[in-house]
This record gives sequence, structure tokens and C-alpha cells, in this order.
Amino acid sequence: MSAAAGTATAGKVMSAEEIVASLESGMTLGIGGWGSRRKPMALVRAIYRSSLTDLTIVSYGGADVGLLCAAGKVRRVVAPFVTLDSVPLEPHFRAARQAGAIELTEYDEGMFMFGLLAAAHRLPFLPTRAGLGSDVMRVNPGLRTVRSPYGAEGEEGEELVAVPPLRLDAALIHMDRADTRGNGQYLGPDPYMDDLFAKAAARCYMSCERLVEPGALTGPPQTLLVSRMHVTGVVETPGGGHFTDCGPDLGRDEAFQRHYASAAADPQAWAEFADRFLSGDEAAYREAVRRWHEEEAR
Amino acid sequence: MSATRAEICVVACAEAWRGDGEILAAAMGTCSILGARLARLTFEPGLLTTDGGALLTAGPVPIGAPAGPAEGWLPFRDHLWLVQNGRRHVMMGASQIDRYGNTNISAIGEWARPASQLLGVRGAPGNTICNPTSYWIPRHSPRVFVPKADTVSGVGRDRAAGLGAHASRFHDLRRVVTDLGVLDFGTPDGSMRLVSVHPGVEVEQVLAATGFDLVIDGEVPQTRTPTDEELRLIREVLDPKALRDREVRA
Repeated sequence: MSAAAGTATAGKVMSAEEIVASLESGMTLGIGGWGSRRKPMALVRAIYRSSLTDLTIVSYGGADVGLLCAAGKVRRVVAPFVTLDSVPLEPHFRAARQAGAIELTEYDEGMFMFGLLAAAHRLPFLPTRAGLGSDVMRVNPGLRTVRSPYGAEGEEGEELVAVPPLRLDAALIHMDRADTRGNGQYLGPDPYMDDLFAKAAARCYMSCERLVEPGALTGPPQTLLVSRMHVTGVVETPGGGHFTDCGPDLGRDEAFQRHYASAAADPQAWAEFADRFLSGDEAAYREAVRRWHEEEAR
Repeated sequence: MSATRAEICVVACAEAWRGDGEILAAAMGTCSILGARLARLTFEPGLLTTDGGALLTAGPVPIGAPAGPAEGWLPFRDHLWLVQNGRRHVMMGASQIDRYGNTNISAIGEWARPASQLLGVRGAPGNTICNPTSYWIPRHSPRVFVPKADTVSGVGRDRAAGLGAHASRFHDLRRVVTDLGVLDFGTPDGSMRLVSVHPGVEVEQVLAATGFDLVIDGEVPQTRTPTDEELRLIREVLDPKALRDREVRA
């Protein structure tokens, strides 16, 4: 590691608590991953423990959205879905919606990606057919359409949805590997939209399964998904994606996810779950999960 | 060999992709996934299928099995671009479907504060406006086949027509396969029609399980039964653990 590079990136390595302390109530936070896959859960748990509130969460949603809804941190969710994949419906999100406790901006999956792309490229909108004719247009009365300036002579141009940018105050993403300069690498089969979240955000914070020195990210260059030019802070959180899928290091902890989902569907069971798993820090969480698996194996 | 209802459903799903050629068969639900892979193994070998994740598999793999060799890579971002590109025929599920094929996977009741929050619209708006779309509905009932979808996730024939020829030119609702029969929208006003009933199912049964008036064009034929080779492929190759029976009871 060269001295110059070290100086240029000094201070990027942070703790999860430092990252959360740099966030403010009322912010719009993007959360990477997809459903119950490679979610920055250690950072989400740190927010869960924080005093932050009134957040807008922009996410291809999973337990990240659910946990933050359960903790009363959320004013609005912006999402095309909230699911745990192998458990189709997220109980906390359902409960919050059915109680009218949160607002929702519901987009089509492709619209949502175009919103991230627009923000990442400083565009006022991107056009798409997705959304036309559906209730996405009804439940988001602020959405506008745009008419194509091109078309055959004497023919009206095609009308398309103008997806506005999903600008983020901060993005939270979880990578398989990262270096201390803030370069991020994914090793699974799907990058999801994590680089777009990073580029759509004023600040991006990245957790990783393992943190290495600069130059020590091995593997094909196309796995180097997130560039340090977009990253404000990086933190090593082994198991930080738990219980979501973090292949190839760690598959989804299906047994624990089922435990989460059944607890989340019942207030009494949830109180016990929260007390057991979420009342301490990340190390306490990992230890509590380890003990739970031990008990289950008996 | 005599086929179970689930096996008849698998073949009826497979038939949705007949003639599609070299496009992605995107499937949701066990019988639909099995149908896509069966079609690829038999009468529609050009189809592309996935492992349920980011891999386009070199062959149609058994359900739940490892992907094996990949012939392509389709992470979510590229899958969403493929929706725009159009070389894709998707078979989705629906919690509600109405007579014009408007579907709901988002929310039951008032959207603003739903009685039951479901998945969210997911990719249904884009799928239906950009790609040929079919549906697989494992339990045909008046709770699913409703006069009007509470929240419209997937766009139906009437709404597409309302958008005009320009905006709706890629809208293409193909068929609805259920545990009771096969339906389509091949009527002058685009309302749902009963195409066939599965062996052992009466037309009256389908009508009673549908919460709106279905179009019936004369005598309703039976859905075709699987060939012996199709049954062998379903039972021995694609679904040896009989996951299909969990979705459609015998």
C-alpha cells in the first residue's frame, strides 16, 4: 500500500455505530440487495438500535424494510415489493401497511431501476412503458408521462412514463469483499443494483464480509462492482448479511428466517425475539444466533 | 399411463410457450416452472430457462436442483432490461384476476390502507405492457376470479385498449391456466373465455368457481392429456420429488 493512497483514503474505515451516527432522522436511505439477498443487515440492525426516526427507505425490500418498520423508524417506503423470497410476505411490512403506519411509493421493478439510473446519471427522468395502464399511475399521482418527440410524420409520438430520479441522502450496501479504500467486490451470481444505489446517493456506506488491504481484492475484474469514488465509509461485518443470502460465503439462513417470520407475525413472540436477538450489539446478535442454532440442533 | 391433475396442469402450462422459439420462458410457481422446462425438453427446444436466479441454464434442470452448466447470465438488472427488449414470455401468478385479465399481487382492499398487504406490484406492470404474459393460478376460486381487481398490478385487455394502439402494441395476454382448466381472452371485447376443462372437471364447476360471467363458445373441449414421454419427463427427470403435488392436490 503506497503512502499517497493511504493518505488519500484515510478515515474511510468506520464502525457500524459511526456510520449510523452520521445519519440523520428524516433522511432518504437506499438499501441495496434484493428481497432476502445480500442485505446490509448489520447496518440495518445498527439503525434499529439507534434513535433515528422518520426515515424514507428506498429498497427492493426484504427484512431490512421489515425490521425498520417494526422499530418505528419509517415514515415512507419506496419499493416494488417487500418479500423474504422463500417466505413470500414480510410480516412487519404487512402489519405496518395494514395499520396505516407507513406511507408507500409503489413502483414497478423496472421503473424502480430507472429511478436509480436517473439519479445515478443526474437525469431528471428516464422514460419507460412500465407502469402504463397499471395502478402504479393511480397510487402515485405525482408520476408524469412524457411524449416522444420522435415519430412518423403526422403521427403523435408515443407516451411514456417519466420515472423521476430516486435521489438518496445515503445508501447502505453489503459486499462480499471490500478494501480499506472503499472498493467493493461481489462474489455471488448477481450484483443486484448495489452500484446504482452507491451512485444515486450523496453518500454510500458499505459493509463487507471481509475487509482487505488495497490491491488484495483477487478475482475477475468484473466482480469489482463498487468504486471507492462513490464510497464514504466501509466497515467489516462478518455475517453482516445474516440472515439473507450472501453466497458463496453464506447462503440464506432459512431456519432462522422462518423463526424471524413466525415471530414477526405475533406481537408476544416478536417481543421475545427482539429481546433475545436485537437488544445488544452485532457481536451479541451473532452469539445469540449461534446459541439458537445450537438449541435447534439438539 | 394416467396423469394426475398436477401433471395435466404442467402440460397445459407448457403449451403456453408453444411456438415461441428462442425467447426466455420466465415462470413463477411450480407447475409453471415445470411447464417451461418440459416445453424446452420436448416441443419448444429453443426456449431459454433459468435456475430461478441469475443463470440461464445450459439445459432444463430438475426443479430445485443445482443449476449445472450455464449458457448465459441474467442478473436482475439484465432481466429487467430484457422485459423492455421483449424476447420473453412470462407466466405469473395472481391473487386476483378479473374478466379482462387485470391482476393484483399488491394489496387486497383499499390500496391506501389494505385489508391484506401482498407482495407489491413487483414487475407485473412492466411485464404486461412489454411482454407476452400468461398466468398460472393453482386454485381456481371466486376469491381469485373477481369482478374487479382491487389494485391493478398486471394490465388487462380493457386497460391496454384504453391506452391506444401506440402504448399497448406490445401488450399480449395469452392464456390463464388453473387447476380446473385453460382460459384466454380471444373474444371481441377481450373478456375471458373458457378454452378447455381438465379431464374430470365439469364446465359448471369452472363457472361456479369464477366470480364473473365467463364466455363459453359452444362445446368446451377437454385439456389435452400428457403423452407417456411427457409423463416420464415430469416424473423421472424434472420433478422426481413430486413438488407439483404440493401445489395441486390429486
